[in-house]
Amino acid sequence: MRARILVVDDDPALAEMLTIVLRGEGFDSAIVRDGSRALDAFREVRPDLVLLDLMLPGLSGLDVCKQIRAESGVPIIMLTAKTDTVDVVLGLESGADDYVMKPFKPKELTARVRARLRRGDVGTVERLRVADVEVDVPGHQVLRGGAPISLTPLEFDLLVALARKPRQVFTREMLLEQVWGYRHAADTRLVNVHVQRLRSKIEKDPEHPEVVVTVRGVGYRAGAA
Amino acid sequence: MTLSTPQQPARNAAAGSGSADGDAAAASSAGASVAGESPVADAVGGESVGGAAVVGAAAVGAAAPAAAEDRNDRGGGRREQRHTRDIWWRRLTHSSRSLRLRVVVMTLVLSSVVMVLLGVVLQRQIRDGLLANKQSAAIAEIENAMATARVQLVGAETNPTKLRSQLARLVQDIGNPARVSDTGAQGSTAGVFDPVVAPLRPGASVASAVGPIDDVPPPLRAEVEGGNETWQYTTVMRKNAAGVLAPVPALVVGGPVVIPRSGDAFGVYLIFLLTTEQKTLAVVQQTLLVGAAALALALGLIAFLVATAVLRPIRRASAVAARVAAGDLSERMPVRGAAELTSMASSFNGMAEAIRAQIRQLEEFGALQRRFTSDVSHELRTPLTTVRMAADTLHAGRDEFPPHLARATELMVDELDRFEDLLTDLLEISRYDAGMAELQAESVDVRTSVMDCVAAAGPVAATTGVRIITHLPDAEVRAEVDVRRVERILRNLLNNAVDHAEGGSIDVELAADEDALAIAVTDYGVGLKPGEAGLVFNRFWRADPSRQRRTGGTGLGLAIALEDARLHGGWLQAWGNPGRGARFRLTLPRVPGFMLSASPLPLRPPDDEAGDRDGVGGGGVGSVVGGGDPAANIVAGRGAYDAMRAGGPFVVGPGLGASVGAPAGPDAGARTGPDTGPHTGPEGGHG
Repeated sequence: MRARILVVDDDPALAEMLTIVLRGEGFDSAIVRDGSRALDAFREVRPDLVLLDLMLPGLSGLDVCKQIRAESGVPIIMLTAKTDTVDVVLGLESGADDYVMKPFKPKELTARVRARLRRGDVGTVERLRVADVEVDVPGHQVLRGGAPISLTPLEFDLLVALARKPRQVFTREMLLEQVWGYRHAADTRLVNVHVQRLRSKIEKDPEHPEVVVTVRGVGYRAGAA
Repeated sequence: MTLSTPQQPARNAAAGSGSADGDAAAASSAGASVAGESPVADAVGGESVGGAAVVGAAAVGAAAPAAAEDRNDRGGGRREQRHTRDIWWRRLTHSSRSLRLRVVVMTLVLSSVVMVLLGVVLQRQIRDGLLANKQSAAIAEIENAMATARVQLVGAETNPTKLRSQLARLVQDIGNPARVSDTGAQGSTAGVFDPVVAPLRPGASVASAVGPIDDVPPPLRAEVEGGNETWQYTTVMRKNAAGVLAPVPALVVGGPVVIPRSGDAFGVYLIFLLTTEQKTLAVVQQTLLVGAAALALALGLIAFLVATAVLRPIRRASAVAARVAAGDLSERMPVRGAAELTSMASSFNGMAEAIRAQIRQLEEFGALQRRFTSDVSHELRTPLTTVRMAADTLHAGRDEFPPHLARATELMVDELDRFEDLLTDLLEISRYDAGMAELQAESVDVRTSVMDCVAAAGPVAATTGVRIITHLPDAEVRAEVDVRRVERILRNLLNNAVDHAEGGSIDVELAADEDALAIAVTDYGVGLKPGEAGLVFNRFWRADPSRQRRTGGTGLGLAIALEDARLHGGWLQAWGNPGRGARFRLTLPRVPGFMLSASPLPLRPPDDEAGDRDGVGGGGVGSVVGGGDPAANIVAGRGAYDAMRAGGPFVVGPGLGASVGAPAGPDAGARTGPDTGPHTGPEGGHG
């Protein structure tokens, strides 16, 4: 089945070009040009991934991002022309999984899209434990005391990556490669922001994390089971 | 951007270095060990002359780094001492500059001078008055005494013994004139006196005189003997209250008495002691002194109070100005009080208002510029993205095109890359111009960044036959820097070096001391002409416009690198010699905000000497790191380098990839060829 991608961009030429490139790579795409209609389009199209321009008429990209995130964990990749660090962090904190800086090359974009669409290899029946949290890998569920915790696929991947090797300390670069699929050095803020988001959902006290533990000066590891 | 160093000094320095090179070359021929020593001295000497354009942090003067470095080499202790002394000196001069203190001191000094002058004049007046009185009284008294003598000595005895008793009687009569006449009395106007009568007959000895003739000064006696009536001030010895002989000032008057018929002559003298006058004068003097001191103190106090009162509004104004300077632009001075003060206050307020308006305008401009940058960034990037994607799509399908269209597509894609680089650099520099750049400092081991950048530059270097030799310290070089910017500086320096190395080698050195770290990138290619060292940081400046750029530089790289260095509070400096190469040195504080005063690396290459370099042209790595290579001398020769010796140089070159030698001394490194050392390709993630 071809993956469906919702392109939210106000620039008609870019939107059309994106469609051409995505079709060429074997994706279906739908375009919405107005931020205020993005959520309706999202509900209608039910995409597998959203490409979201941050500068939009109607409703800003950050708000669209929050709206979508409120009802779905669908991967969101921001298209941003701003190199200013604040905007990138704000976008990630609004729930975007990844971002691509304009101008980008088609290959760069499709690599990012594929990385987000690629689901973890769900072969074996696997149940992992981190601290007091239970991870059902094939069922894509995280449970604490039997009660499910809702995570986005990215957050789920992040947790699984850590949980599969509980003894290993992961550097941010390792996580960027395993979870985001970056082969070269990339923006480590991606990791920082998403670890914070993950913690806010699965930790009892995000100030004193037990599930995702920081190893100072190195990176992160899973808490003891 | 400004260039702190004009062309002239650079040219001078280059001329100076020429002769120094000759010496170095001569020394180097003496042997490897000597060659290792002498370039150091040359390098240091060259630097203190200012042999390079210094385009450093704005706060530090152009010549300061080199000079400070020179000082620093000689020892920190003295510097500290000087520092303490400076502080004290500053405090001292500051307090002496206090207006209030100055007013008080000036008042005290000037009033003291006036008091002293006044006191001297007054004292003299009083003394002269007292003495004039005394003199006139004394003259009246001597007239009396002479008249008495003239009467009593008519028919004076010739027998000395009888004469003596006669004279004694006379003296007694003169001493108590009341008995003889009523014109005066002993102890009245003229005060107490001692009469003396001496015969002036020829042959009469002094001993025949009656009264303390010794107290009469000889010149006076001579005058009287000559027939004149006269007076003189002198000092006589008298017993004071304690019974001790002490000198007492006295007025002696004398006159001759000639007996008409016998022609007998006598000298009559009266000795007036000036004890009373002296006492009076002492009292006057004391009074004057106490009065003057009290008055001077009072004046000082008054001056202090007046100065305080006058300065109070000034102090208030200074406090207000300080608050304005601290950023509270709405602060104003109250306009009241004396006319001068209100005019000052209103001018000040006018100034503050003008400044506020100006700053607001600048802020608006800044905001406008920032928005413009952001808008341009977005507006340009969106269409560029579309074009980029379209071009890449075309490029991907170029096999289906006829050859000329396929080639056109390729050209389009290549030029789009350049366009993008240019746009990125332009936006970066406009961000600096708008003051939007901020430092994202984090603690890192700078060696990692250096190795990453060298590895990244490897492939391009390899295509031009350039070897990059890295000298890193064994210990980690931890510093709080903005990694993104530091790596960008390094990339720019490396690209620049690769462009200009002419197929030679490039040395990358890293060194650190307690406060600073330095990275020097040295190439041995075309070099820089005199004066160019300062120009290289200019935007779009090119040494030779016809030169082909291999790394596709935008012409903004070094300008951005300089801004990046400045943002860290660091220096980026260039040194070059035509035909022998160029060296760029980046010096960064290890902690942001630290004021740099010296760099751990010299700006001139320590082995800057002609000839050697050409021998390194071809061949294997063995010759690159071998003992004959100056690059090894850099490490081996410098005592200062011992602490940060590279463990076997890290080399990137054509067909070599990156080789990291064993962490041993450079001598061992020289033996450790790439064949024995562990290899890491430039694209393989090392470190």
